[in-house]
Amino acid sequence: MSEAPALPQGAAQAVPRRLSGRLARFEPVTLLWIALIAILLFLVAFPLGKLLVVSFETRGTGAFTLMNYVSAYGRSRYVDALVNSLILGLVSATMAVVMAVPMAWAVSRTDMPFKGLTWAVVLGAFILPPYLSAVGWILLAGPNSGFLNLAWRWVTGAEGALVNIYSFSGMALVIALNSFPLVFIFVKSALDLVSSEMEDAANILGAGTWTAMRKVSLPLVWPAIVAGFIIVFLEAIALFGTPAIIGIPARINVVTTQLWQFFEYPVRVEVAAAYAMPLLLITAGMIVVQKLMLARKGYVSQTGKGGERRPIKLGPWRWLAFGWCAMVGLMAVIAPLFVLLQASFAKAWGRGLAWDNLTFANYYLLIFEHEMAMTSIWNTIWFSATAATIAVLLALMIAYIVNRRLVPFGEALGFLAMAPFVIPGIVMAIGFYAAYASPPFALYGTATLIILAFAARFLPIAYANSTSAIRAVHPEMEEAARILGSGRLHAIRMVTAPLVKKALLGGWLIVFIVASRELSAAIFLVGPRTRTMSVLLYDLSEAGNFEVLAAFGGLLLLVTMVFVGIGMKLVGRDFMLRRN
Amino acid sequence: MSRLSLQGLTKAYGLNRVVDSIELTLQEGEFVSLLGPSGCGKTTTLRMIAGFVDPNEGSISLDGQVISAPGAVLPPEKRGMSMIFQSYAIWPNMTVAENVGFGLKLRKLPSDDIRKRVQDILEVVQMGHLAARYPAELSGGQQQRVALARAIVVKPAVLLLDEPLSNLDANLREEMRFEIRRLHDEFRITTVYVTHDQAEAMATSDRIAVMNAGRIEQVDAPHLLYTRPRTRFVAGFIGRTNLLSAELRDGQIGFGGIAMQAGQVPGAEAAMGNDILVSVRPQSIGLHRAPPSGGGPVLEGVVAQRTFLGETWDYVVQAQGSELRLRATAPPLQIHDVGERVWMEFDPQQMAMVV
Repeated sequence: MSEAPALPQGAAQAVPRRLSGRLARFEPVTLLWIALIAILLFLVAFPLGKLLVVSFETRGTGAFTLMNYVSAYGRSRYVDALVNSLILGLVSATMAVVMAVPMAWAVSRTDMPFKGLTWAVVLGAFILPPYLSAVGWILLAGPNSGFLNLAWRWVTGAEGALVNIYSFSGMALVIALNSFPLVFIFVKSALDLVSSEMEDAANILGAGTWTAMRKVSLPLVWPAIVAGFIIVFLEAIALFGTPAIIGIPARINVVTTQLWQFFEYPVRVEVAAAYAMPLLLITAGMIVVQKLMLARKGYVSQTGKGGERRPIKLGPWRWLAFGWCAMVGLMAVIAPLFVLLQASFAKAWGRGLAWDNLTFANYYLLIFEHEMAMTSIWNTIWFSATAATIAVLLALMIAYIVNRRLVPFGEALGFLAMAPFVIPGIVMAIGFYAAYASPPFALYGTATLIILAFAARFLPIAYANSTSAIRAVHPEMEEAARILGSGRLHAIRMVTAPLVKKALLGGWLIVFIVASRELSAAIFLVGPRTRTMSVLLYDLSEAGNFEVLAAFGGLLLLVTMVFVGIGMKLVGRDFMLRRN
Repeated sequence: MSRLSLQGLTKAYGLNRVVDSIELTLQEGEFVSLLGPSGCGKTTTLRMIAGFVDPNEGSISLDGQVISAPGAVLPPEKRGMSMIFQSYAIWPNMTVAENVGFGLKLRKLPSDDIRKRVQDILEVVQMGHLAARYPAELSGGQQQRVALARAIVVKPAVLLLDEPLSNLDANLREEMRFEIRRLHDEFRITTVYVTHDQAEAMATSDRIAVMNAGRIEQVDAPHLLYTRPRTRFVAGFIGRTNLLSAELRDGQIGFGGIAMQAGQVPGAEAAMGNDILVSVRPQSIGLHRAPPSGGGPVLEGVVAQRTFLGETWDYVVQAQGSELRLRATAPPLQIHDVGERVWMEFDPQQMAMVV
């Protein structure tokens, strides 16, 4: 084989010199880049900019004014709501940390039994939409007929209630029970990176298990705890469902419910815009603080260096750890879910479990007779599926362009794609309302508007997912295909696409699932026929028929579980709880 | 005819010229290494040859036709080359056979033909029995063999290798070095090999281009780089050496109080000016307990430091009557204590004048 290697036909043609000189500079990818920028401006920047502009405009004339801010902060009731939100955030976040940190430590570092059960509880609390756990807790701890209070009166003969869920602390507890998985995931993944040698080093110097945990393990994951605290805080202040279902009957006003009231007739979107500003600023500010904290050097837990890891032997104490996890699980998932399901199959939920109380009438009503229930299920599925598809495709293209450095200033794309992360859903919805609800777009109440809002709101999830998927494919994988004769697109199709398929499917499902239960972004944008399940559920809760409400909650969970099940089957059991 | 030729090839990022006016020509069937420390521009040069990086100045020609020039760059897939990457870049979603057959499929060969050529080349790299495996089931060395097979099977006009052995452990690296050379001897594919490991370059290459700070310092056969380094950088980078400032006067080269005929020292004929630099290999210095009787130049000194390296003793000798400290090696049985008086005998033939 010493003769000249047989060149494949067409190989190594010379470039016609000069001819393509200028054209070669202008790759099609530049056009794509311009298109993506335009889409992102439309999805992210315009609604946000419009929100800001509207807050300074006089309704009708569009003249500059500060009156909206005066209206928004001129009444003590409105300012109180703001303060309430902040306190609610702090209390909920503190409760969530108290619940989650011992659980994370026990699962990550010790020989506590039944860790799988704890995982199931965390996943359950993660999947259970906040408004459903609020309904569950109303059934459990309503002051008059909640099961806990009935039991309390029966046991003690007392007149009053043991716990009243229609209270500030009740609301905070429900939020914490619903959002502690965020802290758990943060802290557990940080603890997973702490080598056992860190604790060994403390033990050999005379510290017991307890001291080592307090003085070494927990301080090492301090940034993760704070990060989790901040996320729960932000969740709590931006949450609409729980405050609306518990807070409004209890006459506790918070920012989100107040924003909702500005949207009651006559809609005062300009005041709402002005009133949404603190929420936006606090969120953006806290995310920056969190980023800085996590970026700080000197915490071993953030360097990713593993070392050997052994579970700590707790002895009899492991049952205490398990007891704690079980109690949180009982309160967060098992009890509310149980009473919800019970109510959904009951003629009258207050009569409890009894054969003569059993009925399928609630489900029958929803599935066959209710004018909106099945439509809303269908709406939810196709809105969420379309939004997830848009978000993942957009995110994939952006992630590819940014990671492969195909265009200069690609980072601008990445920044825009991540921007919705610092915008609370409810603020985003008001921005979309301000930007696209009225003419010339006149999209209010249309499926288009809801889908676009969902896509924009969950774009960061899809983008983070796509980025890590693309990063996992070494650029040399594509280059190897190209040098053997593939064009860029052919290389992507043959090599990159098959390799990122699974990760993208996971990202799609996560976006789908969170979109399918999204309430705060939807409730401001839906019309009568475009209501989603979450919105309809809220409407049912206002009607006060808890049996039908619970049955609808059951349907919603069923839909979610189907997709979670598909995800676990196709992508991996932990696909919802993976960090990044 | 020359197969591949780089003329004045330059790549700059802003003002930073990472590859600076490179001139290099490869004959057909030649194996040339680009050798240099990290950041010297060797990988950028290779990626310009492959077509992944566009040059700012200069051109690349393949068989006399320009394939890269500023503003007119043939994309990688049209160059008929193949490449082996640092990460191997074996596609995990395809079997070994599919990986190797990829390039042949793109060339639209009949499938029987593809199957036969894939099997043949896998036998050559001793991977025939693993054709149906997926890459995740292979060891690092086996993946490397798949990468080799995949690159060779298409009979490329030029084969490019980008630090292909840097992810292997030491033993395997040595084995693969010989494997690469063996495959080259069998197929005679024109090859450009990028490495920072001089042993690797020496074992595989017909010629080595030593690169530093974006420029080629010297291109020569491996043994000539060692015995006739032309620059201070090459002398220090290839093997170890003593770099001595010397004086050139009246046809004599002098340092540390001794002198020798300039004509005896390679490279001295081109010398300009009086102050010159001489490279003296530690192995070329003879150590003696008494003044040697040979006619070569001799310097007296005292052992200042010593290190035993297993195959050799490594001595540092402080010359008498000057500031010179020289490194000299000796076989394991030739033991001198620190503080002992020794005589160093020089061989002008084994020195080289460098710039």
